[in-house]
Amino acid sequence: MGGMHGMGPVRYETNETVFHAPWEARVFALNLALGAWRKWNIDAGRFQIEQVPPADYLRMSYYEKWLARIIELSVKRGLVTRAEIESGQPAAGSTKATPPLTADNVPSMLRGGAGAIRNVPAIAHFKVGQRVRARNINPAGHTRLPRYARGKTGTVDRNHGVYVFPDTNAEFLGENPQHVYSVRFAARELWGDQASPRDAVYIDLWDDYLEPA
Amino acid sequence: MMSRLHGHGHDHQDVPSDPALRVKALESLLVEKGLVDPEALDAIIDTYEHKTGPRNGAKVVARAWVDSAYKRRLMNDATAAIAELGYGGRQGEHMVVVENTPQVHNLVVCTLCSCYPWSVLGLPPVWYKSAPYRSRAVIDPRGVLREFGIDVAEDAEVRVWDSTAELRYLVLPERPAGTEKLSEEGLAALVTRDAMVGVGKVTL
Repeated sequence: MGGMHGMGPVRYETNETVFHAPWEARVFALNLALGAWRKWNIDAGRFQIEQVPPADYLRMSYYEKWLARIIELSVKRGLVTRAEIESGQPAAGSTKATPPLTADNVPSMLRGGAGAIRNVPAIAHFKVGQRVRARNINPAGHTRLPRYARGKTGTVDRNHGVYVFPDTNAEFLGENPQHVYSVRFAARELWGDQASPRDAVYIDLWDDYLEPA
Repeated sequence: MMSRLHGHGHDHQDVPSDPALRVKALESLLVEKGLVDPEALDAIIDTYEHKTGPRNGAKVVARAWVDSAYKRRLMNDATAAIAELGYGGRQGEHMVVVENTPQVHNLVVCTLCSCYPWSVLGLPPVWYKSAPYRSRAVIDPRGVLREFGIDVAEDAEVRVWDSTAELRYLVLPERPAGTEKLSEEGLAALVTRDAMVGVGKVTL
């Protein structure tokens, strides 16, 4: 969405509550509790939301999208059937499972997190200080290379280490761990002369998104 | 006979009903199938409503203001330094702290979704997740900042951090003048969520 025009002013809410309705809280918690089945990963979760058709995507609230996500992923990954979602009833003869996440292991689950660093050898193809270009790639699937950066040139500011690669992980094609770099792009490189000559955008980019410039 | 529920003849999905009802139905199905434990849901909600929020991040900022050795560790390895204060885990696994100075103003966004450092700031506010913020923060950061009441000097630099990977960013705001006598606790009380996202300044 970066760089799109026409979205209007940022609407700020003072003293905003964490959730705006009890159902939002339940949807939030359901996402985490179902995630504990490990039938999908964070990248597949993001990709699922990206598959909401654009007009709906802009119309729906954040937690409406989270609701759509768990329904679709639960069906796709076999936790429930479409018929069960529609009827609201477990299929006749289905056995009752045991939830992997119970109240007493919620603190350790949240505290443990789900790190994306992988301690595997991976070649760093770029060095801090090196000029790099974000590749002009336009995959139909999931990617974390923002459209506004494609084809643009920047400088590697730091190497964050080796992380799971979302493009493959989102489609269950493997973690494909590789280096992630913080790349500094001058605002004028991204947006032209309308931008301040001093400003910059830092984008975290995986090895496969970059080429030498 | 084909169903014509809407009295017109094209195929489309039913207009979604009230999300509250849909969520209730979904939760009861998932509980009945043994897929989720409702008490686990309560515990998750309680964590983010009452235990994890911007007060965590404010303590990190205040510590960095009063303890220069801590600040060095924080700038060097934010995840480890934040863990010293007991914070970490979900959506705070890999932290980076960026420091505001008179010459540099940092602003954090996620243009691709709504990535946010939950462990130190809690869940993101609606504006952070909204299309206007996500689209404009990178192309017009100074305009967005002006809407938040911040005028960055022409000769200062705005750095926007687009959280495209699993790194989560926390802004270390400038310590306001006149706070030399305040305790660490007193300082933490001044630090706002907005200042730690980069859309606010800490004031006395």
